[in-house]
Amino acid sequence: MSDSDLIKILASILAQSAPLMLAITGETITERVGVINLSIDGSMLISAMTGFVVALNAGQALTAAGIPGDTLPILAGFAAAALIGALAALLVAWGSIRLKQDQVAVGFVLTLLLADMANFLGQNFTHIPGPSVAHTPIPILKDIPILGPLFFDHDLLIYSTLLIVASAWWWLYRTQPGLQLRGVGERPQSAFVRGVPVNRLRYLYTAVGGALVGLSGAAFSLDIKLGWSDNHILGIGWIALAIVIFGGWHPVRGAAGALLFGLTKYIATVLQQSFPQVPVVLFNALQWLLMMGVLLMVGSDISKRLVSIAPEALQGPLSRMLRVAPPEGLGQAFLED
Amino acid sequence: MNTRTFLQKIWPSVPILLAALVITLLLLIVSDNSPLVTYEALWTGSFGSADRTLSTLAFWVPLLLCSTGLLVTFTAGLWNIGVEGQMVMGAIGASWIALRLSAANPAIPGWIIIPVELLTAMGLGALWAALAAVLKIRGGVHEIFGGVALNSLAIIFTNYLISGPWQPPEGGSFRGTQPFPQQALLPLLDPSRFSPLSLGLALLALLAVVLTLRGTHWGLRLKALGKNLRGAFILGVSSEREAILAMMFCGALAGLAGSVRVLSWFDSLRQSISGGIGFLAILIVLLAGMRPLWSLFIALVFSALLNGGTIVQLRTQLHSSLSGIIQGTLVLFVLLFGDFDRLFGPNQPQSEVMEVADE
Repeated sequence: MSDSDLIKILASILAQSAPLMLAITGETITERVGVINLSIDGSMLISAMTGFVVALNAGQALTAAGIPGDTLPILAGFAAAALIGALAALLVAWGSIRLKQDQVAVGFVLTLLLADMANFLGQNFTHIPGPSVAHTPIPILKDIPILGPLFFDHDLLIYSTLLIVASAWWWLYRTQPGLQLRGVGERPQSAFVRGVPVNRLRYLYTAVGGALVGLSGAAFSLDIKLGWSDNHILGIGWIALAIVIFGGWHPVRGAAGALLFGLTKYIATVLQQSFPQVPVVLFNALQWLLMMGVLLMVGSDISKRLVSIAPEALQGPLSRMLRVAPPEGLGQAFLED
Repeated sequence: MNTRTFLQKIWPSVPILLAALVITLLLLIVSDNSPLVTYEALWTGSFGSADRTLSTLAFWVPLLLCSTGLLVTFTAGLWNIGVEGQMVMGAIGASWIALRLSAANPAIPGWIIIPVELLTAMGLGALWAALAAVLKIRGGVHEIFGGVALNSLAIIFTNYLISGPWQPPEGGSFRGTQPFPQQALLPLLDPSRFSPLSLGLALLALLAVVLTLRGTHWGLRLKALGKNLRGAFILGVSSEREAILAMMFCGALAGLAGSVRVLSWFDSLRQSISGGIGFLAILIVLLAGMRPLWSLFIALVFSALLNGGTIVQLRTQLHSSLSGIIQGTLVLFVLLFGDFDRLFGPNQPQSEVMEVADE
């Protein structure tokens, strides 16, 4: 394998992981402010369907009106998907904050319901070709050796995803509102006493996170896994939820988790080609084994034991890297009065 | 209870039912279908004839078994999402005995084979549930995530068996194993796929669970565990042991449900053996708010929707997910606006999904 092949493979893993990164970043923001949006698996399905159908219809309508081109329809599709994702997330937040109901129960029922709705409403749009995000290499930058093909030879969705992950990190850790956001998730009482509108911020950031989850759904149907079919991307949302934990509720670590996941899937595909005698279905099991594996890593003392074998100088940084703790106020409604 | 207080109690559920009805109506209209034709097909498909009624009953049994098991895990404060996979593993267990033992030894009579099948199914279901419980307790993997992963793994395992070692001799098909021998199947009420024996077992299981939760020490310990983990610990209830046992109990009943599916509804192991029955059972228990008699009734309504949905699909070409939407909307509305306190109690701390066993 030549160097350029390797770079091509890494670039494609990056592109394939982008939708998952969006969902992880969204859920990370939502959970950071203290709300568990367990509905994202169904939410991604219905926004994937919505994004595709809206882009398809907008494309036909605009072409009929004499305005050809994919850009506007695609943007409409992404906007609709973001809206659906935000609405689903707001429903969970509203159920918890206003109606004082269990976030887990509402989120779980919602994920089943939204998946059914996606399949129902999308039934006439399965397996048909539609618009897709255009490949847009960035001039000049794409010619930088190694970095060019790796980062600047993709489409706008991939660039935006990387920007969104970076901005989420910057917002959470480098700005005053980000500090407030984290404060609301960790110690809602103290934040409230200091005059932070806890529940208003929870609504706001849950909606923002949900919109990103919605974008992630459309990123599949309009870019990475084109089109729509029954249960098009069922299960990916659960993987995203697990990687949020694995990433320790940190957007950059979450994105790294998504890349790791993409890499493992790539390796599995290669292995599958090299060992045709191993049943294909067993490779399908891999992502779920991986999901349990990473949760075990952060959840049990396995990681501690692994760290203790490492050279002593490395133990400190390693255990800091592996230690994760959820925001303390996660999943609990906050009574403002 | 006089009529007035009864009406007062029932009142809050009326707008909820109406809202669920309106939402499905809107969906039907948006998707360009006649609501009247759909609802009529739903009714004739579920209770329209003796034949259809019996197949509604055939759906009722696995729903009842799973929701009965979930009564136990919910009492212990556990989210056994893995019930779906436990059911699939039960189906695999029963199929294993039917294909390997019964087909090879046709001389063994049904009254020996069937109990062995059912027990194997319960054992495998319990084992799969124990795995989720151990992952939670020893590994810090929340049972929701463990359950989701184990569900998928069980389905992948089924597909592997069907397309690999248990492939029918004529080969090729990815749909199911060869039919089991006659003596390995549950006795059916002709000409339906309904097994009265399985309904008897399900009702017996429900009765046993109601009595256990109400009147035994174990029931009390489970309640203590569900209400407050720390309190239960102080009182000397070993939370680990109770949690594993509760999960295994539910897994055994789910496994039994899976065996009923392969040994009566189907006659072989199929790709989609559960078809979401496990998830539906979770909705039933949430909707019933932990009241066993309600779950009995709601399970019947849901099995009618499930069974009627197949006829709706045949007649109107509507997608089969319609029943799921009706059920999901109903449960969501009850959760949001109904009295959910009865499920977890007012002092129950909210589920800590993201509990990570650090420190």
